[in-house]
Amino acid sequence: MSARGAWPATPALVLLLVFFLFPVVRMLGFSVEAGSFEWYAKALGEGLYLGVFWITFQIALLVTLICLLLGYPLGFLIATTTPGWATLGFIFVLLPLWTSVLVRTYAWMVLLGRNGVFNRWLIDAHLINDPLPLLHNFTGVLIGMVHVLLPYMVLPIYGAVRRLDPAVVAAAEGLGASNWRIFWRIYLPLTLNGIFAGSVLVFVLSLGFFITPALLGGGRVIMIAVLIEQEVRQTLNWPFAAALSAVLLAATLLVYTLAQRFTRSEAA
Amino acid sequence: MSRRLLVIACAAIYFFLMLPLLVVFPISLSSAPYMQFPPPGLSWQWYGRFFDDPQWLDATWRSLYVGGATAVLALMLGVPLSFSLVRGRFRGRALIDRLAMAPVIVPTIILSVAVYGLFAKLKLIGAWYGLVLAHTILALPFVVLVMGAGLRDFDRALEQAAEGLGASRWRTLTRITLPLLRPSLVSAGLLAFISSFDELVVALFLAGPNMTLPKKMFDNILMEIDPTIAAVSVMQILLVALVMVLIGRFGRGLSGSAR
Repeated sequence: MSARGAWPATPALVLLLVFFLFPVVRMLGFSVEAGSFEWYAKALGEGLYLGVFWITFQIALLVTLICLLLGYPLGFLIATTTPGWATLGFIFVLLPLWTSVLVRTYAWMVLLGRNGVFNRWLIDAHLINDPLPLLHNFTGVLIGMVHVLLPYMVLPIYGAVRRLDPAVVAAAEGLGASNWRIFWRIYLPLTLNGIFAGSVLVFVLSLGFFITPALLGGGRVIMIAVLIEQEVRQTLNWPFAAALSAVLLAATLLVYTLAQRFTRSEAA
Repeated sequence: MSRRLLVIACAAIYFFLMLPLLVVFPISLSSAPYMQFPPPGLSWQWYGRFFDDPQWLDATWRSLYVGGATAVLALMLGVPLSFSLVRGRFRGRALIDRLAMAPVIVPTIILSVAVYGLFAKLKLIGAWYGLVLAHTILALPFVVLVMGAGLRDFDRALEQAAEGLGASRWRTLTRITLPLLRPSLVSAGLLAFISSFDELVVALFLAGPNMTLPKKMFDNILMEIDPTIAAVSVMQILLVALVMVLIGRFGRGLSGSAR
């Protein structure tokens, strides 16, 4: 029988079809309602909007690189330490992960603002005379997004390091390899899948980010999700918002599909 | 040694991760009339402000029941779905799995705008159950991940033993399978609740004039940096910590469900 055990999925499937797949397809349809691709031409042809895509891509790439740089040591440490420390290490990765993005973004505004904690410290320590511009700009968005997305990098890297056979490392140590050599020749190549999985996840999540750029960008750093929100809620330009959404969705799915194909060919 | 270097680097990274969570504690207890750091003195005034303001309380109450209803609905739909995905053998299974996990990858802004368009037509903007439906879609992946892991580890010999002793399939399900899966059920339900309780983007579009807690916070942050938000933040962080303790005590291990 071709439907063994299928029926319990039905209620969830109905919800997903009616309130997820259908509305998304319906909305994307608005972009070609006029029977032409004029809204796509506007989204991808006008410098203003092309700039939004470009800045979104730049931020996503930078956030991914910084998360990798910070996430690898963390995932590595948690995976190679004693179980007691590992639990503690996990708690302090998961507590920020589950804390509301709004709470964390507010806290960064307090820390990075013109009269914020950092600038106060630096001025009081006579390291600077004028407050540094850390908020409502590229830097602020970058810091806030790295903070939100770092746990998504740490977890897959942790998993990859855990899966590595400790005998390989022990063999290298026994043969007299230095710590750096073990890292470059064993850990790094054998945990590439974790690095890759974490990077794809962080990059894809960055592309559609809204809350952090909306609050920390202060209207000066417009990412694509912020533009879509403005087009729907302020300009009420549905066809254009739909075209922007279609481009964002296509980019997201493209990255994701390419990544999956890559890992599959890697595994084969 | 390089190991020591690694530990020092990680201490700095942990400082970066925890700093925003820690900084709101002193600010929430500040006696200053506006945002000031370090606070000149201690007071409970911002907590008082929160508990005296019917708008804050109303928003909190709405977020609590929307989150509770989302957890219940996500479990009611997600648990049977997980059984199908793990144990079923039918065509289209991989496709349904992908559809259920898609809300993780598809940007939330797209889901929000799309559902907003549909709900505006159906006059569902501002209805709490409309928000619950959308939040359930976002919570389903957590339920499928956690329940899926629990089901794959499940020892089916226990079910076969019960059925061999004459228990009906329903009795086996309610007396053997679900009780043994309780840790996964607890984790899945709590994660679904928190994901809804913290959710802003969908609520921004669908809640209409009715505030949820994140929406009220968002509006307040846009208007002014008022330390009341620090007090709200502290309570949220404590709530998340409580949920993590509950998951650690009664649920399926966090590290297991995170993968």
